[in-house]
Amino acid sequence: MTVTEDRPTYKWVGTRPIRHDGYDKVVGKARFAADLNLPGQLHGAILRSPHGHARILSIDTSVAEAMPGVRAVLTAADFPTLEMGNPERDVAINLMARDVVLYVGHALAAVAASTRAEAEAAAAAIEVEYELLPVVLSLDESLADGAPLANEDNRTAFSGSDDPSNLATVTPLERGDVEAAFEAADLIVEREFETSWVHQGYIEPHACVVDVGADGKADIWASSQGHFRVRAQTAAVLGWDTARIKVTPAEIGGGFGGKTTIYLEPVAARLSEKSGRPVKIVMSRDEVLRATGPAPASKSRIRIAATSDGELTAIDGWIGYAVGCTNDMAGFIGAMSVASYKFPNLKLEAVAALTNTPKSAAYRAPSAPQAAFAIESVIDEIAQGLGLDPIDVRLKNAVTEGDPTAMGSPHPRIGFVECLEAIRDSDHYRSPVAEGTARGVGSGFWFNIGEQSSATVNLNEDGTATVITGSPDIGGSRASMALMAAEELGIDVHQITPVVADTESVGFTDVTEGSRATFATGMAVVNACRELIDELKARAATILGVDAEAVDWLDGEAIADGKEPLSLAAITAKAKSTGGPLTVTASLNAGGAGPSFAVHCCDVAVDEETGQVTVLRYTTAQDAGTAIHPSYVEGQMQGGTAQGIGWALNEEYVYDDDGTMLNASFLDYRVPVASDLPMIETIIVEVPNPAHPYGVRGVGETGIVPPMATIANAVSAATSVRMTALPMSPPAILAALGER
Amino acid sequence: MSKRSRTHVTCTVNGDEVDFLASDDTSLLDALRDELGLTGAKEGCGTGDCGACSVLVDGRVNCSCLMFAPEAEGTDIVTVEGIAEGDQLHPLQQTFLEGAALQCGICTPGFLVSAKALLDENPDPTETEIRYALAGNLCRCTGYDKIVRSVQEAAVQLRGAAR
Repeated sequence: MTVTEDRPTYKWVGTRPIRHDGYDKVVGKARFAADLNLPGQLHGAILRSPHGHARILSIDTSVAEAMPGVRAVLTAADFPTLEMGNPERDVAINLMARDVVLYVGHALAAVAASTRAEAEAAAAAIEVEYELLPVVLSLDESLADGAPLANEDNRTAFSGSDDPSNLATVTPLERGDVEAAFEAADLIVEREFETSWVHQGYIEPHACVVDVGADGKADIWASSQGHFRVRAQTAAVLGWDTARIKVTPAEIGGGFGGKTTIYLEPVAARLSEKSGRPVKIVMSRDEVLRATGPAPASKSRIRIAATSDGELTAIDGWIGYAVGCTNDMAGFIGAMSVASYKFPNLKLEAVAALTNTPKSAAYRAPSAPQAAFAIESVIDEIAQGLGLDPIDVRLKNAVTEGDPTAMGSPHPRIGFVECLEAIRDSDHYRSPVAEGTARGVGSGFWFNIGEQSSATVNLNEDGTATVITGSPDIGGSRASMALMAAEELGIDVHQITPVVADTESVGFTDVTEGSRATFATGMAVVNACRELIDELKARAATILGVDAEAVDWLDGEAIADGKEPLSLAAITAKAKSTGGPLTVTASLNAGGAGPSFAVHCCDVAVDEETGQVTVLRYTTAQDAGTAIHPSYVEGQMQGGTAQGIGWALNEEYVYDDDGTMLNASFLDYRVPVASDLPMIETIIVEVPNPAHPYGVRGVGETGIVPPMATIANAVSAATSVRMTALPMSPPAILAALGER
Repeated sequence: MSKRSRTHVTCTVNGDEVDFLASDDTSLLDALRDELGLTGAKEGCGTGDCGACSVLVDGRVNCSCLMFAPEAEGTDIVTVEGIAEGDQLHPLQQTFLEGAALQCGICTPGFLVSAKALLDENPDPTETEIRYALAGNLCRCTGYDKIVRSVQEAAVQLRGAAR
């Protein structure tokens, strides 16, 4: 179902063609990073720390080097030292520990051997002497007075201080007179919340194949969300010029933010350089969970003031993120994400602090889900306390165009109210709540980003086209690029081949993150097509013998008064005699990425004997601006929702006292399976983004923000128990019911 | 190089009789991918928890990462590469494409294999039966909605064709 504002009628945009890369993916031909093998290739294995925090006193690789099949062994000593202040220093330290290991699973040596088994055996034979250091495993421990340092290198960002600290960032925000608003309030609700670390859970482990030639140049095949960043980070860690490195993007088997940074490529490159052979490294699932980025754990305290008619007059709160072993902007971003309601009076502090756990990484709308869980739960409790409909309370306070964000800048045209109305008017929300079940609603949003993209559009001799971009396609963006190009050029979408090219074959393009690919890279494609159309009109004028100004472009044809229309194919057929090949490259740094809001509604049943929460019905309404390929917009909404349901009900990192993760497998770190979920009904709301030629807003991330509070609110309605910690697993529910 | 003994294995893969050498501790998944070049089946976990390596062995779904390659001796194996009939995609492949049942596509081969096994056995499954039959296959992109719908649609088409 789609709720759409008035907009132009499109021929291709908004249709649902079969995606161009689909065939390869259903017949098993699509090549992911681990599917590539090179002649003479060695296999890499990485030795990882068994300790949560320790000084490395010595590493003896002599036994490993003499073992069967071993061709190269390395440690941090094989990489240059990146000085404090180097933006990639933390990435370098995370992928190969230097002097100190910062978490269980931290890499500290690597081996290349003829087989993976030989490499693993040799890595296990490397002898390391450690001096154990105190382990910091929670936000409370990290922030306690006199706490041991989780990472003695860390300095608090933006503080100007050069003193080592566990604090990563402190972001205070304030407007209005909060205390006066609380004094005047009819109802005040205050709650504390806690959430665990959760992993992105992409099904494809990190993998790469790297071949460094005798000329010193590196060919890298890797699965990532941005191969230009793989190039930049690999170059920085190795101390190389980017010109020495070519990165070819493999198909990516899920990322969700977790593949916006690197773990393996410089290691494989150095092993390849040392051995003179291509080196392939593929992480195990255990390594993925122990050593790649989870989303930060969080604690928060939120207090909201309301009038008796449901106006939210003030928010006062503290949100803390445990970001793992290196500095991170999670706290800063978390503070920004408190921007869904007008709150005339606001006082917030967002803090991030280090722990001896894996370096956290982006996970779909990073930092927003933790904040939204807390705020949307408190707002629900206010609606309960005042006897008001939770949608009405949100409608009364929802931000619209011009209202301030948390940072103070005004919101652009946004569709929060439209999403609230879409849920209010939905079949789901209007249906009676079945006996033995209960209903909850919640909302969330994500800012989205623009950033840099390049696109080249080549018109082929026969009037077909190739659209070349540098944005790895995680969930259907190639189809979106082709649809926008088809709309512009007026040719069939399947006469267009969308390609994600390597770093030497397309202009620089930022990572596929911030829900930016269809928005920003799509805009580059549109700009290239529009320039091409100007050129096509000029060529048509030459062929027709008229002035260029006399030619219009309509539906894939050049039109001039008194002349037969010229098709695109008729013009490309004469390219040679009219000026040569028709090709345009466009590049931009896109501004105006429009925030995407979502409102969710779910029905749950709570089994009071087992503590099991079952999600029976789920509906999501989200503003897509304009849905270029509605099926893949729905897919983003449904996928984000499912991850949020996992975050709400099952997923958490379980550590022992030494910082060893106890559930590092898909058996014990349990993501939702098909039998855990109902169908996820979608309502695409379309409030066009004025900054994009087709009105696109990124849709990738918002879906994960509302589910935790939506489900907690339903559980509260079912049991009269307010769940304030995630996950709401059966033992947690039973414990809460016991205290009721 | 180590000189470990390797077993000569003969079996049928996607209708072709094949043979290869495998160490006793080589998984069927590694043999398919590295010895036979069939990289459609993926390793998502190596512990039988994600189903990305699912193949049919004598008609039953198996995690090929949990089966030793020498155990495949004399069996009939079907991988995602063998589901289509020549140029004709299997209805499941077609409905997955039309129903947008894949995003990144890494889990798709395993889902197609598991769904084929289900429909071979039960041509008219309920939504719940589909969800339980696919519960051993993890997808992190789709929330399963479009996968389940595509299996339902393929079941309708297959029943229509069988009439």
